[in-house]
Amino acid sequence: MSKIQVNGNEQILETDSVSVLELIKLNKVLNADMVSVQLNGEFVDREVYSSTVLKDNDEIDFLYFMGGGAN
Amino acid sequence: MLHVPQQIINDLFDHAKTGLPEEVCGYLAGVGREVTRQYRLTNVDHSNEHFSFDPKEQFHVVREVRKDGLEILANYHSHPETPARPSQEDIRLAFDPNISYVIVSLADKLPDVKSFRIKNGEVDKEEIQVI
Repeated sequence: MSKIQVNGNEQILETDSVSVLELIKLNKVLNADMVSVQLNGEFVDREVYSSTVLKDNDEIDFLYFMGGGAN
Repeated sequence: MLHVPQQIINDLFDHAKTGLPEEVCGYLAGVGREVTRQYRLTNVDHSNEHFSFDPKEQFHVVREVRKDGLEILANYHSHPETPARPSQEDIRLAFDPNISYVIVSLADKLPDVKSFRIKNGEVDKEEIQVI
């Protein structure tokens, strides 16, 4: 079991070896392909979401791409 | 309904005007449905027809918002030459269903601002109450 911060909120992971990809699924993030992830203040490449395992006291943030246009 | 102080409305218009000819963008943060603070962000597209937040700055600002005890209520951007309504691109790129999308228009003599909720391509106009 580990305790992490997700977007500033405490979250308990009941199992060890939870990856970034699994955490995104656990949190039911809509439009998950359009979020950027920072783990402890560093960007995580999408290619390593499944191999990046969270550990106790990690701080992870998901943010949606923000953009648009006039037309 | 989004409650926005007159001063922040003025600041939105000021940001849009000083950013011309480019679109400008940023976040509005507050508590509940009341906006208490505006955060200007960089439009990395540097275009009069498009905007994108700088992801690094975006994460930094979101942490600042959190530190201030606030939450993100809306993103905003300007339309220098078109009305204050979501374009097809705005709708297509509105991925966060939990926030409001505020658009400032400088298309007419007087600036205009409107707020929308956008989810799964569906747009709902949201009243702005100036406080």
